[in-house]
Formats: sequence, C-alpha cells, structure tokens
Amino acid sequence: MAERVRVKAMMPPGHVRAPFYLRGKTGEIERSLGPFKNPEQLAYALPAAPKNLYRVRFTMAELWGAEAEAPQDFVEAEIYEHWLERLPDAP
Amino acid sequence: MPHDHPHDHLSPSGHPFRTDNDTPLSYFQTMEIAVRELLIEKGVLSPAEIAAQIDVMDGRSPANGAAVVARAWTDPAFKARLLADAGAASQEMGFDIGPLNLIAVENTADTHNLVVCTLCSCYPRNLLGLPPDWYKTRAYRSRAVKEPRSVLREFGVELPETTRLRVHDSTADMRYIVLPARPAGSDGMDEGALAALVTRDAMIGAGLPRAPGG
Repeated sequence: MAERVRVKAMMPPGHVRAPFYLRGKTGEIERSLGPFKNPEQLAYALPAAPKNLYRVRFTMAELWGAEAEAPQDFVEAEIYEHWLERLPDAP
Repeated sequence: MPHDHPHDHLSPSGHPFRTDNDTPLSYFQTMEIAVRELLIEKGVLSPAEIAAQIDVMDGRSPANGAAVVARAWTDPAFKARLLADAGAASQEMGFDIGPLNLIAVENTADTHNLVVCTLCSCYPRNLLGLPPDWYKTRAYRSRAVKEPRSVLREFGVELPETTRLRVHDSTADMRYIVLPARPAGSDGMDEGALAALVTRDAMIGAGLPRAPGG
C-alpha cells in the first residue's frame, strides 16, 4: 500500500520550496528521489544538510474539492521530507 | 482624402506601433555586465569562453529531445533505460545534460502527462533548449494545476474523460520530459523521420506529436 503523507501547513519566513496550494493537503508517495542538499538553506548560502526528496501524488479532488475539473486526475510534486508528516494507512 | 484622427500612436495600418525594446538597462542587466567584465578583467574567464558557452546554450534545441523520444519509440530496451534514468539515457545518446536530474514520464493509452513549474519556470533546457514564453507565464503556471484540461483544450488537446491526467509540478531539483505515445500510422518510419514528428510542446505534454504525413 502506498505511503500516505500530509504536507505541513506551516508558513515559515524566507525561501521555501513547498508550493502554497499543496500545504495541508494529503497525498501518497509516488517515488523517493533520494537526498539533496536542502535548497531552503542553499538559497542563503548556509550549510545545507541533505534532505530526502519525495514525489507526492495528490488527487485533484483533494486539492480543489468540488471545483476540480476531473477529481480523479493527479498533481505530482516534489516535496522535501521536512515538509511531510506520515499518516496512518487509509482504512 | 482628409481625415482627422491623430496619427501619433498608430501605424499606417491603424494599429499601435510596437514599443521598442531598447529601454534602459535594468538593475540586474547592469549587474550582469559588471560581473562579466570583472571576471574577464581578473582573468577568471575569457571572452572566447563566454561566447563558446552562449553557442552551447543556443545549440540546445527541442531536436535533441525529439531524437531521444524517437529512439525510445524504436528501441524498447532504450525506452526502459529512459524511464528508469532519463539523464543517463540522454547522455548515452551524446546529449550532455550536465548536473540535471531528469525524469521521463510516459503517455499511454489511458494516461497523459503535463509538466509545469508553479514556483518558477524549471525546464529541461539542457535537452530541450529555451522554454517557450507561455511556460513562464503566471497564467500557465497557475492554471496548469487547477484546470489542466481547459489549458490543454486551448492547446488543441482534448482529453477523453477516461484518460487519467498527471500534472507534474517541477518544484525543486528535478526536470521532466514527456515521452509521448507513438502516433498511429508511423510504422516503418525510421528514427530520423519519427523525430520530425516530435514537437517541443509534445515533450511538455501541452501538445501531441504530429501525425505522419500531416
């Protein structure tokens, strides 16, 4: 079963790499892309720890609710691990 | 024939003149020139090296990506390698994609892929050359994740309801190329002829390959 995650709905100041429209939304890990130096620190020339990057798959229904053109379509986006919280498997 | 409308802002055809682009330099244009001239003055780079790099960038074009797609259409083993690691597969064909991480996503009978970058304008320049202007617009970047089927319709691509659409928001360290489905009626065409069917838009997912003979 695919791993379910939620994008943290946080609003930290500065350069962040989690698109606003995905914050607070629940999706499934589509694939793991491995570690990358955290671009949110690289942007300020700070020492950047490697962070795992994941492709997360969201349904249009999850993102846009009743306004979705086709609820079963997907958006897949790259989200860093520190923006994700794991959720229990769907019942 | 006498007429009384003003001519100051209209061309003889009656349309406004297009504004010239020789406006004063922006802050960043000035900064770029200053940094470039300093690098040359300090001997870090030579003008020839800069000119050569511009030539390399100008030499990248969608034809490179089209060659990769045509190869994937004709060589199943290459296609498998492309879908597993698009960067390595492109390099295998001699396309130096540099430090780029590249993912190929495949259009099939029941799936269509569309690429966007909502945060900025990430694009696989090393393989496809410069992005089209519309790719960088706020309208495309915001609408592609919200109403992608309407956007595709405006590009002339009508997706059946049964087709699952995957929109890829290229937000950080990955670039994407769409591997379009091989057009019907292209059996027997060689790689070169097939590559001519592959448009730039088809590799973004905003279009489809040309029909053979079309």
